[in-house]
Amino acid sequence: MTMTKNRDITRQAATTNDVASPVCGGECKFITRDVNVFYGEKQAIFDVSLDIPDRSVMALIGPSGCGKSTYLRCLNRMNDLIDICRVEGTFLLDGEDIYSGAIDPVLLRARVGMVFQKPNPFPKSIYENVAYGPRIHGLAKNKADLDEIVETSLRKAALWEEVKDRLDAPGTGLSGGQQQRLCIARAIATRPEVILMDEPASALDPIATARIEELIDELKENYCIVIVTHSMQQAARVSDRTAFFHLGRLIEEGPTEQIFTAPREKQTQDYITGRYG
Amino acid sequence: MTDRTEQKPSETAKDATAENAAADIDANGRIDWHSPQMLARLRRRHAANRRMKFIGLAAILLAAGLLSILVGSLLKSGLPAFRQTFITLEFDLKPELVKPDNMRRGKWRKIVKEGLLRALPEDMRNNRKLKRKVLKIVSRSAPYALRDHVMKNPHLVGRIIPFDVLASDPYDQFNKGLLPEYVGAGERKRPNPKLGGPEVVRAFRVLKEQKRVSLPFNWGLFFNADSRLPEAAGLAGAIVGSFLTLLVTFLISFPTGILAAIYLEEFAPKNRFTDFVEININNLAAVPSVVFGLLGLSLFIGFFGVPRSTPLVGGMVLSLMTLPTIIIATRAALKAVPPSLREAALGVGASHHQMVFHHVLPVAMPGILTGAIIGMAQALGETAPLLLVGMNAFIPDISNMGITEPATALPTQIYSWADSPERGFVSRTAAAILVLLGFLLAMNTLAIWLRQRYSTKW
Ligand SMILES: Nc1ncnc2c1ncn2[C@@H]1O[C@H](COP(=O)(O)OP(=O)(O)O)[C@@H](O)[C@H]1O
Ligand SMILES: [Mg+2]
Repeated sequence: MTMTKNRDITRQAATTNDVASPVCGGECKFITRDVNVFYGEKQAIFDVSLDIPDRSVMALIGPSGCGKSTYLRCLNRMNDLIDICRVEGTFLLDGEDIYSGAIDPVLLRARVGMVFQKPNPFPKSIYENVAYGPRIHGLAKNKADLDEIVETSLRKAALWEEVKDRLDAPGTGLSGGQQQRLCIARAIATRPEVILMDEPASALDPIATARIEELIDELKENYCIVIVTHSMQQAARVSDRTAFFHLGRLIEEGPTEQIFTAPREKQTQDYITGRYG
Repeated sequence: MTDRTEQKPSETAKDATAENAAADIDANGRIDWHSPQMLARLRRRHAANRRMKFIGLAAILLAAGLLSILVGSLLKSGLPAFRQTFITLEFDLKPELVKPDNMRRGKWRKIVKEGLLRALPEDMRNNRKLKRKVLKIVSRSAPYALRDHVMKNPHLVGRIIPFDVLASDPYDQFNKGLLPEYVGAGERKRPNPKLGGPEVVRAFRVLKEQKRVSLPFNWGLFFNADSRLPEAAGLAGAIVGSFLTLLVTFLISFPTGILAAIYLEEFAPKNRFTDFVEININNLAAVPSVVFGLLGLSLFIGFFGVPRSTPLVGGMVLSLMTLPTIIIATRAALKAVPPSLREAALGVGASHHQMVFHHVLPVAMPGILTGAIIGMAQALGETAPLLLVGMNAFIPDISNMGITEPATALPTQIYSWADSPERGFVSRTAAAILVLLGFLLAMNTLAIWLRQRYSTKW
């Protein structure tokens, strides 16, 4: 992982964006500028600049392989794990550069939680799944405190009623939809500001999907949510703003209504009307 | 299809599609699933299936057959050694023979001889020829066994006590039907000299008629130390020696191997140096074990001065062998942990080392333990390197064994026994191999059990 972009530019961006951005109306959680991402020689993201408002849902849509996941994983530095991946550009979380070393990736990932495409609970108890994050970050003073964090997280993830009698049962024994809500509870437990979701419902049946969508609707009261989805209906249902990616470029971004009813770009129009993708 | 095409499957496939395409598909593009070509092709495919099944089954039967021949022959020659002939006699512990103030100087041979003669009828008892040779029936260790028994129980002096003594090896074999009474055939047929003459055999028969001869399970095989006398020799020293050696091996190679594997797999940068290390670890696993023995001899004993013949140096040499096995198994187990688990851990903000130790390692542990146990099982059966570091000492007394005392191990004990000419050692060698195989089987079963019991259910 290397950051080749000049630090000065980073700082500049930080200061210029202290002034309220028109997109976010003064409440921008993430400001990203001139993002280029490479896998080895191959470039996956080209010059993407995107602002993500707080307490709302931003949907990333676009055809398969257009770089939605790649962009999303830059936001909590998950791409650091891929040796050949190189990220350039500016990523500001509340005005702080997340790639500058000012924020440790370990703490960043507590603040920017992530839910993956395939539910991936730890092969441990339900309780332990949720308690693990708070414990390693020292967020609970004692056992009672931790119990409370576990309960509130599971409640927020709309899972508490289903699992309260079997917190010691393995998380991997739950149904797919329950596992995904457990993963959401696990992400919530570290009190993140942002939750990243990479096609969180693509492995689930329609009923479980509907529950996840309801949940996203509730969570946006308190969190900034960025969701990647291949389903345009889902984007239309859950998001406030939508960004359309194509071949690694951000084609268009705007209020979801506008994107779906009156897209400015022809490519967007073609995609949402199903002419490709 | 002709035989020629049968032998060249790739050509067959090409031919088939080319020549049959037109026949199977009619003008409307519809496929005729019941055309003769289609059915013939289907038959060939099923025939290939059956052929494959048959070959596989034959291979398995061959392997099973060879294995059962091996185990069968071992059982045939080894099983008799799991029972041992004892003779129950009454011994008159006269003080003038026992010498109570210094029993070590007692006339124990004489006591045993009198015990034998007491049991025989009058005419035999007075037969001078028999008198001279009657001790051939019992083990030469019998006087010492009786002495040790009386020294432990001094109140017995002056009494007549019943006591079980070991039969000598020829009479043990004779009693099991493994040693013939006569050797040679026809003109040259004569009494077997190993049995000491016809009158001794007759005396043994009398003892047998009196129900003094018994053939109980041979606990001595497991609890006796080694001996020059086959009837008294046991594996206790070898078992303890193998245990101590494996303990040393485990303590050295398990932590080292796991930590090395974790470092290489999870933390090491991927560069030429780590590639080089990796290649060499794989090479190390393929080095013949005798080379490790030579290395141990010159390096550990010659250079570092580790005492020779000890479980310490044996364990060190064997850990050179198990180390690559454990490293490779551990790396494979770590690699098998799904990336989604790593992402899950890092996604909630676990540091790299928390991810490894809290999540990856527990999931990989059954695989690691399996690899370690298999490595240990290999080490248990390893002979050559132990011989080179002198771990085939003669240990007639197991009371002061330790990791820095000379010792022997199971495979080297087998090697020594196999080298002994006495008939009793032939079956004891086979029995020792069975014991070793039993330990190996137990270890492999443990490995399988661990893997099934503790592997993560997703
Ligand atoms: N780990 C990787 N190594 C190499 N190339 C990758 C990797 N992950 C993604 N890519 C490439 O980057 C491009 C964008 O992928 P991705 O972000 O997963 O697309 P999306 O999520 O929109 O389907 C694709 O062309 C893909 O092949
Ligand atoms: Mg994706």
